[in-house]
Amino acid sequence: MSASTLAGLVGAALVGLGLYGFIVSPQPLRKILAFNLIGNGAFLVFGIVARKGAAAGFPFDPVPQAMVITGIVVAFAASALAAALILRLQEETGNVLLDSDAPAKPPGDEAGAS
Amino acid sequence: MSILQVLDLGLAILVLAIAGWTIAARELFASVVGYVAYGLLLSIVWIRLHAPDVALTEAAIGSGVTGVLLVTTGARLRGAGGVETAAPPRLSQRLMAGALAVLVAAALAAVVLLLPEPAPTLAPEAREGLAATGLGNPVTAVLIAYRSFDTMLEKVVLVLAVVGVWSLAPDRCWAGAPAPLGRARPEGALLFLDQALVPLGILVGVHLFWVGADEPGGAFQAGAILAAMWMIVMISRLTEPPRVGARWLRLALIAGPAVFLATGLAGGGMAGGFFAYPAGFAKPIILFIEAFLVLSIAVTLPMLVAGPPRRSPQS
Repeated sequence: MSASTLAGLVGAALVGLGLYGFIVSPQPLRKILAFNLIGNGAFLVFGIVARKGAAAGFPFDPVPQAMVITGIVVAFAASALAAALILRLQEETGNVLLDSDAPAKPPGDEAGAS
Repeated sequence: MSILQVLDLGLAILVLAIAGWTIAARELFASVVGYVAYGLLLSIVWIRLHAPDVALTEAAIGSGVTGVLLVTTGARLRGAGGVETAAPPRLSQRLMAGALAVLVAAALAAVVLLLPEPAPTLAPEAREGLAATGLGNPVTAVLIAYRSFDTMLEKVVLVLAVVGVWSLAPDRCWAGAPAPLGRARPEGALLFLDQALVPLGILVGVHLFWVGADEPGGAFQAGAILAAMWMIVMISRLTEPPRVGARWLRLALIAGPAVFLATGLAGGGMAGGFFAYPAGFAKPIILFIEAFLVLSIAVTLPMLVAGPPRRSPQS
């Protein structure tokens, strides 16, 4: 198996790991972290597309690579905005856990879960 | 198996193991530290994909600046007593989430293994246009020349993110300064880091910007490294985050996208197309745009990490 295929499979596994963490973790900062894992996995899968597109003397297709660079920066911007929202939520409510089984939650309110 | 293959396999296992640790760790801080280490290893994977530009960006922004953001946010949450340990979800929930995750990962793995051969590629087009730009690094050429509109809009997204973060400020703090990044007075080790790393880091950042035209590097990577240097100085409390109402700060934030857009519009009048560069002058114009992009990125990233204003403008 070539190095690029292996990296693509790592990307696929990262998406799976991130998705799992994103669903099961009740702590929103952990959700941001898991979301970044999903993003990294997607970028890696795109990275192997860039590698397979090697042609014209380049060992890679520069267009997907440029898009991944743009994507990493935008993912950071989204994470920063999400982190600021979490801090604000904590200021307002004093609690930031998104726990579907939390006893303090009013019954029938499912919006806070997931 | 050759040595390189063994190393690749070991790297893949290490990346996945640390990624699993960041998900499984009970402690938030341990998880964040794991994430930073994981990001650095991930940039080695990018090197193995022959993507040094992406590797630099991943190391600087994906791992470094995102790591600082997570550590800072975690410390602020803990400072306000917000990091409670919740009971883990029920086993049935975890099993279902696991099944979904495995399904998605397996589908993606199948896509990776079944990619068409030969793969569709835009590399020949990029090669054709490279001579006209006078650049040597095709990734920089794609970012600032062929797909310049995308890159300009992405800078606008960064400005929008800053506006979004700032708009979370309480009214009385508007135009004030964000909370300091570090908590205590500077310690010996941090001061040493300031003296030893920051001057060197600024040189490396400027160098990455300059060689980015022909070698791996460019505005994103250079800006991220300069941003990291400013954050180190702020974390050791030698300087504080500036007031968000300061005119110089706002000008620096929009300088990159504004110069980019103005150049694009000028291209419409002088070179016969929106974002067209006149023949023979492409490289100096690209470097001119990139210089302002570096400035904007270097200012935007720390302001995103610093968060909304927390002090009233008078204090």
